[in-house]
Amino acid sequence: MILAVAQEVSYVSNSVGNDAASEQLRQPRPDKVQSQQAVGRRRKPADKRKTLEILFFISPALILIAVFMLLPIIQAIRFSVYNWKGFGPLVDFVGLKNYARVLQNEVFTDAMIHNLIIIGGSIALQLPIGLGIALLLNRKMKIQSLLRTIIFVPYVLSEVIAGVIWFQLLQPQYGVVDTIMSKLGIQGPAQGWLGTPELALWTVLAVLTWKYLGLAVILFLAGLQGVPSELYEAAEIDGASWWQIQRKITIPLLGPTLRTWGFLSMIGSLQLFDMVWILTGGGPANSTTTMASFLVSEGTKRQNFGVAAAASVVLFIVALILAISYQQFVLKRDSQPDEDRTKSKKVKV
Amino acid sequence: MSAILGTGPQHTPIQALRAKKRARNQGGNVLVYAIALAVVALTLGPVLYGVLGGFRTNAQLAQNPAGLPAPWVLDNYLGVLKNPDFWRYAMNSTMIAVTTTLIVVVLGIMAAYPLARYQFRWREPIFMVFVLGLLFPATVAIVPLFILITRDLHMGNTWWGVALPQAAFALPMTVVILRPFLMALPQELEEAAQLDGASRIGFFWRILLPLSGPGMVTVGVLAFVGSWNAYLLPLLLLQGDMRTLPLGVADYSSEHSADTAGVFAFTALAMIPALIFFLAMQKRIVNGLQGAVKG
Repeated sequence: MILAVAQEVSYVSNSVGNDAASEQLRQPRPDKVQSQQAVGRRRKPADKRKTLEILFFISPALILIAVFMLLPIIQAIRFSVYNWKGFGPLVDFVGLKNYARVLQNEVFTDAMIHNLIIIGGSIALQLPIGLGIALLLNRKMKIQSLLRTIIFVPYVLSEVIAGVIWFQLLQPQYGVVDTIMSKLGIQGPAQGWLGTPELALWTVLAVLTWKYLGLAVILFLAGLQGVPSELYEAAEIDGASWWQIQRKITIPLLGPTLRTWGFLSMIGSLQLFDMVWILTGGGPANSTTTMASFLVSEGTKRQNFGVAAAASVVLFIVALILAISYQQFVLKRDSQPDEDRTKSKKVKV
Repeated sequence: MSAILGTGPQHTPIQALRAKKRARNQGGNVLVYAIALAVVALTLGPVLYGVLGGFRTNAQLAQNPAGLPAPWVLDNYLGVLKNPDFWRYAMNSTMIAVTTTLIVVVLGIMAAYPLARYQFRWREPIFMVFVLGLLFPATVAIVPLFILITRDLHMGNTWWGVALPQAAFALPMTVVILRPFLMALPQELEEAAQLDGASRIGFFWRILLPLSGPGMVTVGVLAFVGSWNAYLLPLLLLQGDMRTLPLGVADYSSEHSADTAGVFAFTALAMIPALIFFLAMQKRIVNGLQGAVKG
């Protein structure tokens, strides 16, 4: 989840960064043009010294990534073809048997389905609600910045803290959620929201929505600020209603923001672990297991390192497939036509 | 358009529009504020309930779960503040987050500099390594990472053992944010520095570093918050006295599950540092989201 945000930020500021660069240099693609110019301009440099400088600057980061990121990933692929309980050397080569064990395991295939439900549910809930709140807040209000701060609070709390609080709120019968509902005449489920297998996953989804809605609102609001106000005024002069303006102007212009947000929300949902581990531990009856919680419990509780490694490779492949297809089918729309839109958004008056 | 243009000479279209806008905004305001209030209540409600719950006794909580503290009880909070474990966890969280942030910022700006402002053959391929790194969440490599750190590097249950991998997984994002930021600094600056006899390293120290302050603060804040809130990696690597606050909160709530008020107090105190830090840095985070360069 944390990484998802990180990515989010990187995407957003990446594009904005480039925009700013192009504004400053008044050149359409700063990276390319700039580099060509520089190559042309620079006199024969002391090549050896330059190479040393580059190595000096880049290698610490690359070494850290190689040791703590690449090496473990390669190891995961290696472990996944051995039957290994964590003791002694890797000798019991089993080929793809671990993969078969993972993919034939109903707990894991259910976990995959749970991940997909969380992905779809998060977007289906946060997109309309977040967009609605952002559109409502996108006006001159004295308390706008205060509201933004408040809405962002759940996002800053760790999933653990949010999870522990909600776990208490959702206690069967004497938890505050059930108390309030019973005052309204609704009886909460006897086993509790998190204790009933049919409800647990949806309850987790609701808590996740509470936690991540603020991020969606903040990002959408940031995107809305890029829509020039003249467009609204022009539309109002033409007699467009508030709703027509939102539908025909605001939401289409917000497209790139929405699509980028959707991508990061998806990646975050795929890695879901903390919240599930705190709220349900994957239970009851494995009704809330995710791929990540499956591989952690296989690896650390049962010491099935081979199986856990196979599961993590599967998780990565699923993430990769989803990321590439999202890129192909959704984000692709941003590559050509929206570049013009971004530019038009930047027009200053 | 033509209809509005036809309204008397003293009403220009813009004035008419402004008047109309004002009228409509006032009409819509009640509804907007009502919705905003509901959103605030739903957002803050659970957090406030937890904070207030810490001021109640378990008997109060059991009798009337939805009530306010009556009377207010300080024992839960005092109990947590006197608990040496709490301070130990806070200390571990701080040290790990600070170490992670320092590594990420220093190595990140160093790596972003040549990728942004040097010309060399491997520039784009190396940048792609960082971009691809975004796709690898720590979760995927968590089991081998655990083995690497505990058995091969013997850094299990240490601050460094958590900070180093956290920094490694935060670096791709940092470089991807910082590179366009450094690229946006005008080429003329570098040329002027060269004319004045500065080497590229001199340029890095004296001009680039001071100018990229806002960008570094943004990535630093993100790295800090990420580390402070991290759960999975510390869960596997840290035990006993080395645990961080999220682990402490989770363990406290399962060990003292009957003491709801105590759990609320512990949780509320554990979230204060993150909240304060966030409020202080809020502008940076939002600016970072909207594009660091403008800040």
